[in-house]
Amino acid sequence: MTERTTAQAPSPGPQDEDPAAGSATLDTVTDSDPAPGGRSQGSSSRGRGERVFRRLTSGSGLLVVVAVAAIGLFLLVQAVPSLMANNANFFTSPEFNTRDAANLSFGIRDLLVVTLLSSLFALAIAMPVSLGIALFLTQYAPKRVARPFAYVIDLLAAVPSIIYGLWGIAVLAPALLPIATWLQNNLGWFFLFAPGNLPVLTGTIFTGGVVLAVMILPITTAVTREVFSQTPRFHMEAAQALGATRWEVIRMAVLPYGRSGYIAGSMLGLGRALGETIAVLIVIRAATSPSHFSLFDGGYTFASLIASAASEFSQPLPTGAYIAAGLVLFVLTFVVNAIARVVAGGKVNG
Amino acid sequence: MATDTGLERPDRPAAAPAFQPLSTGRKLKDNLATVLVCLAFLVAVVPLVWVVVTVVGRGIGAIVSADWWGRSLSGVLPESFAGGVYHAIYGTLIQALIAGVIAVPIGILAAVYLVEYGRGRLAKTTSFMVDILAGVPSIVAALFIFAAFISILGAQQSAFMVSLALVLLMLPVVIRNTEEMLRLVPDELREASYALGIPKWKTILRIVLPTALSGTVTGIMLALARVMGETAPVLVLVGYSQSINFDPFSGNMASLPLLMFSELSNPEPAGQFRIWGAALTLILIIMILQLGASVVSRFSAISK
Repeated sequence: MTERTTAQAPSPGPQDEDPAAGSATLDTVTDSDPAPGGRSQGSSSRGRGERVFRRLTSGSGLLVVVAVAAIGLFLLVQAVPSLMANNANFFTSPEFNTRDAANLSFGIRDLLVVTLLSSLFALAIAMPVSLGIALFLTQYAPKRVARPFAYVIDLLAAVPSIIYGLWGIAVLAPALLPIATWLQNNLGWFFLFAPGNLPVLTGTIFTGGVVLAVMILPITTAVTREVFSQTPRFHMEAAQALGATRWEVIRMAVLPYGRSGYIAGSMLGLGRALGETIAVLIVIRAATSPSHFSLFDGGYTFASLIASAASEFSQPLPTGAYIAAGLVLFVLTFVVNAIARVVAGGKVNG
Repeated sequence: MATDTGLERPDRPAAAPAFQPLSTGRKLKDNLATVLVCLAFLVAVVPLVWVVVTVVGRGIGAIVSADWWGRSLSGVLPESFAGGVYHAIYGTLIQALIAGVIAVPIGILAAVYLVEYGRGRLAKTTSFMVDILAGVPSIVAALFIFAAFISILGAQQSAFMVSLALVLLMLPVVIRNTEEMLRLVPDELREASYALGIPKWKTILRIVLPTALSGTVTGIMLALARVMGETAPVLVLVGYSQSINFDPFSGNMASLPLLMFSELSNPEPAGQFRIWGAALTLILIIMILQLGASVVSRFSAISK
């Protein structure tokens, strides 16, 4: 409706009606504009400034789309020659050997296992905690302190990941050692807590997962909090009128309303954890033997392997192997983020 | 409550209320939930305080000397407690600045497109892709710049390449934040401007954007703070240098995260000294930006 107002407004400056300019590439945007009333008059009376500005803005929007497409495309183009030269099965081989450019043999099995294990473990810790924080901030904390408290949680996101990595290996890992030892001694029969492929219990996927959990807390909490705070007032009042306790109000009104947002927030957190590079590289130690699904294993995730090899990116074929790993990571995060967006269904904007 | 008939006290109900007191089970559950929820918040505060205390405690010794802020590590031996990090501070700032110069106009224009012009399929795709871009790991952004500019176009590793990768990481933050601010601008302002015969593009430039300015600036500062701590792009796209390099378009350049990562392989105690000093310096810079952002948002013409 604002469109029509503009269209009938007198244009400043001389009119410049050039039909050729109107059929430029970006005008596909204008075509999809559902404002048929003002449209036909609009394009004849709109000035040059309007056209230039409109094209600039839609061009910038298009640039974002192009950027994401280019990421996938360029990674693919660079990965294909190395994948063709690969002697091992890319999906099932646990080794990643690129020393000899003429005899590449690399596979992502181990990377995938370590990446998923550390991220899912982080998610398992972060999900209940962020649910608690979101409930605390929206339902329990007094309005006056809720905002500063939320700011404190957001500050967790401001700490650079390399600092989390340093803290994780220097301070957190020794502190977690008793817990890790206890878990292994008492629950060692369970495959997740079985003895791993590292000689020590610090710098394992377990330590890395805890660090990752701290790092994804702010994003998961922010999205969940946002959705919980949108719970319709009358849903909650209806529950209160039935005599529900505070917890019952949450269970009857807040949680059902916010469930999709909570899941979306968790998926966004998972996406962050999958792609986290430097903290994981610093915290999780390299292992000599392949992972066997224990939290006390070491190894590389996709991201940390690429970062660890970054200084050796000189020959195209070995580099392509790492780019192939990067491509898998890109696809993985793309899927996870797309799911988050679909699940959220417009309730969340983050 | 009232045990007598209630006839003497007409202001009270004649019979006892039909309410039943909360059963112990429900009360217990309610209290348990309260305790757990408060505990969850405390659990989240612990690592924040822990990290900050660790960094301040281990880094304060390094940053109190004047040399720290005014010298580089050029010619300083690995075991020597001397030199400073001004070369890395410069690198961190200039890389973020160049990224900002590129990302801010594109981001603001894209946000204007999404809020003011975007209809139809391209707008939906753009909005979707902004979300995807927000989720792209920094290492993937760095690999992309490496693949596109260094492998294919034959560019050399330089600080500018890092800035390009940071642009990809900044863009979604700037776009989402500007978008949110633009949506807060009341429609009455736009309509008043149209009523005066101002074309839409001038309305956006002169009325809408200035109204949303402080919120947008806040978002930009937060985005800058975020990319300054990124380590993955500097690892892949630029070499480390112990001395100052003012030219972002060629040669190696240090930055605080890269300095910290390089010093990790320094087995001397001085390495730890520099790492934690650099960590504290980085946190201080980010804190200044964060504080600046919240000061700017005070001046906001529109409130949330």
